[in-house]
Amino acid sequence: MGWVSDTVDSIKSIKVREVLHQLIVLGMIVTTALIIWKGLMCITGTESPVVVVLSGSMEPGFQRGDILFLTMSKDPIRSGDIVVFNIDGRDIPIVHRVIKVHEREDTEDKYYLTKGDNNPMDDRVLYNHGQNWLEKKHIMGRAVGFVPYAGWATIIMSEKPIIKYVLVGALGLLVLTTKE
Amino acid sequence: MHSFGYRANALFTFAVTILGFMCALASFTDSFNSPSPSVQVQVLKVNWFQKQPNGNDEVSMTLNISADLQSLFTWNTKQVFVFLAAEYVTPKHVLNQISLWDAIIQEKENAKFTITTSNKYRFIDQGSNLRGKEFNLTLHWHVMPKTGKMLADKVVLPGYRLPAEYR
Repeated sequence: MGWVSDTVDSIKSIKVREVLHQLIVLGMIVTTALIIWKGLMCITGTESPVVVVLSGSMEPGFQRGDILFLTMSKDPIRSGDIVVFNIDGRDIPIVHRVIKVHEREDTEDKYYLTKGDNNPMDDRVLYNHGQNWLEKKHIMGRAVGFVPYAGWATIIMSEKPIIKYVLVGALGLLVLTTKE
Repeated sequence: MHSFGYRANALFTFAVTILGFMCALASFTDSFNSPSPSVQVQVLKVNWFQKQPNGNDEVSMTLNISADLQSLFTWNTKQVFVFLAAEYVTPKHVLNQISLWDAIIQEKENAKFTITTSNKYRFIDQGSNLRGKEFNLTLHWHVMPKTGKMLADKVVLPGYRLPAEYR
């Protein structure tokens, strides 16, 4: 019970000046994270420089919970590249490997067909009805590097939101009650 | 200042930093490996060759692929993804790249192989340009590390030609 009364005491003893200071520190942390994220977006040229693998369709290469670093450089996409793409009308991006490429000369249109390493069939079953090819506009980026397991925290937090709120609450309390 | 929480936090941050540093270092050691793979591919037989009802040419062939990719493996290699692609140019398309066969190699011992197979993925042109078409067969490999940067390279084998007539 000592811990609780200590906490209550420390909340009672908060002074305006200290609260302001803590808020500024908190703001600094949030803005730093934002700057890093936006900075990465500028360097890599993709709107999501880091993605978490959500399915086992690329096993044994990538497992659920691994994180991938993406770029969207001028280099053309070739078969064998692992790309992240978005099908029109669906929210969740997919990480799969390109197995076929056709590039038109006159219109400069590019057509890609993808497949998950662990799937028996190519991705035409995943595409929208009547869609045979991915085009440039569907591609969000190309995977260039990866770190295992590092995305598990994200998966847990998005699937069990209660853990996220508890964590944010605890951190908030910690920031407010910590003394310099 | 020296509470339990403070110390636990410092220890955790330090541990994660060291782990990240070690991962970066492990990935960096891959750049000292200069692999020397060898590849031979033969087209043994054209099984059939026809024009689909929608006007696209399709061909099926039997391939003999032998390769030694053992030198690609380092201590930071999780797997090697290897695939054989047919590459050719047509009047309308500046690039056509069609994967015909692929495999995942997880053990260095299995990286020296000879395989006879018909094409795993369908060899279909976007159009009707395959008769008498000259094409390259390219063996590509993508090295997936245990952690860090992914590496890729290829061997281009030029000078293959499809039959002049459907069969």
